Amino acid sequence: MTAPAQATLLRAVRMKWWEPLLWLAAFATPVLFPAQAPIVNETAIWALFALSLDLILGYAGIVSLGHAAFFGFGAYAAALFARHVSPDPHVGLLVAMGASAVLGFAASFSILRGSDLTRLMVTLGAALILLELANKLDWLTGGTDGIQGLTIAPVLGRFEFGFDGRTASYFSLTLLLLFFLVTRVIVHSPFGATLKAIRDNRLRAMAIGVPVHARLVAIYTISAAIAGAAGAAFTLTSGYVSLETLSFDRSADAMLMVVIGGIGWLYGGIIGAVVFMAIRDVLSNITPQYWMFWIGLFLVVLVLVGRERLFKPWTWFRGARA
Amino acid sequence: MLTILFDGIAYGMLLFVLAVGLAVTMGLMNFINLAHGAFAMAGGYITVLLMQRLDVPFLVCLPLAFLGAALLGAVLERTLYRPLYRKPHLDQVLFSIGLVFMSVSAVDYYVGSTQQIMQLPQWLKGRTEIGSLGMGHYRLFIILVCAALTVVLQYILAKTRFGSRLRASVDDQRVAAGMGINVNVVFLSTFAFGSGLAGLGGALGAEVLGLDPTFPLKFMIYFLIVVAVGGTSSITGPLLAALLLGIADVAGKYYIPKMGAFIVYALMIVILLWKPNGLFVRQGGKA
Repeated sequence: MTAPAQATLLRAVRMKWWEPLLWLAAFATPVLFPAQAPIVNETAIWALFALSLDLILGYAGIVSLGHAAFFGFGAYAAALFARHVSPDPHVGLLVAMGASAVLGFAASFSILRGSDLTRLMVTLGAALILLELANKLDWLTGGTDGIQGLTIAPVLGRFEFGFDGRTASYFSLTLLLLFFLVTRVIVHSPFGATLKAIRDNRLRAMAIGVPVHARLVAIYTISAAIAGAAGAAFTLTSGYVSLETLSFDRSADAMLMVVIGGIGWLYGGIIGAVVFMAIRDVLSNITPQYWMFWIGLFLVVLVLVGRERLFKPWTWFRGARA
Repeated sequence: MLTILFDGIAYGMLLFVLAVGLAVTMGLMNFINLAHGAFAMAGGYITVLLMQRLDVPFLVCLPLAFLGAALLGAVLERTLYRPLYRKPHLDQVLFSIGLVFMSVSAVDYYVGSTQQIMQLPQWLKGRTEIGSLGMGHYRLFIILVCAALTVVLQYILAKTRFGSRLRASVDDQRVAAGMGINVNVVFLSTFAFGSGLAGLGGALGAEVLGLDPTFPLKFMIYFLIVVAVGGTSSITGPLLAALLLGIADVAGKYYIPKMGAFIVYALMIVILLWKPNGLFVRQGGKA
């Protein structure tokens, strides 16, 4: 490889000058605006979840409507671990990730074959089965009440999860940064390149010798583990877990975030989560009961107009079929 | 035992009428339409509101529900759906979820979020017992109407000129268009007809399935199961899938209420893992 070509390839991968600033700003928010710390925490968890979905949706091209299965599984695993084994958040996090990864590994074999519709149905069905199980196995999961009033030990033995949400927001932001860096390495590695090849043309990827099934299993497992980490962060920082963590709405919202921010771009999920939380906050203040209508309208317009043109309203009516 | 089978068949037939439009449009346009339940809900609300507020007889409401939903389908197809046929599946999924959200909130806003209660006419209430088989009259009525519809649909698809055009377009759009078939008109009328059937199913099912603004979300998965399991290339596939689903669901809820909907989802995943393109795939059509 010649030097200029190498430089060009690396430029796309290297960290841009604004990226550290963005993260610094994110980490400064809980200090500068202490009242907003719980929202920062919630947004960071959503962003982490959206990041995990982007990994399979944007990079491997798997349309999943049931990603909340892994989020909720991680959340419940963390809650059960905290209640029955140990209140330590670090081990709890690892256990939840491990549990979700195992589930993701098992589920990954169901998404290897068939069309988009089949995959949509299988992922959705898996999430619904988990929701149904969490609802009916009430001796284990608390049924519709969920598991409440968990005591979580301080992070690193020093920082308590308090009511002000500051520790919680730093815990989630750190997780987000950590997994962002991990996924960044993954998608820019040769492994990531083969994923994109599979997404763009599965048949050709197979023809040039990419082990398609093994790659899909691997990325699905990784994505499930990260979603599990997001779920565990939810449980650990809020001290409870409910059926909502497994619901269809959660899967759909995460997909919406990835789409708002941009598919196949790691910041997409993060930016999407921030924008989505802001929109939802504004809308639910205006119309508490009917904000779903506006989210729906937003989705319809988004798809009809196209994401690239959404922020340039003057192009909306020009050559829609171009 | 027989009663459960009977109820399951009634439920399955109802699901078939609700979902068959989705199967045809999905097979025809390769469009993943999650908003199909919204048309069913429209039909259900047309019936319930007409009966409650204007005292329109039940039998008059059914065709009105069909027409209302069909009209809605035709308008939406022409304005919103058509530009999306060639978009990726992800866009279609997002778009139709958006429509579902909008319909749920809109109905909530105009009608209220309470479950609607349908007053059946006197002659449809009651039950007939034959040996161990107890038949609710309304369920019998549903089975008869749906069976008649199935026969008519099969006739239209297999024997009429429109049916052959439709089948040609499903098999290969481009060749069909090349043979002088106006594929757009076929699409439009099929979409409208499918939406109308969903509306009729929603009207018939308002009493059995329950009708509230979350209807499209609650039953979306059921319609999709019917289509995914039954395949999209014929109407016998969805019919059998709907009957299977209906019987499995009713029997599952009766015998093992603890597991609830679990059985249905598990069954679907197993079938899809075994045959990813559905149970009844016709050979020779496009992949």
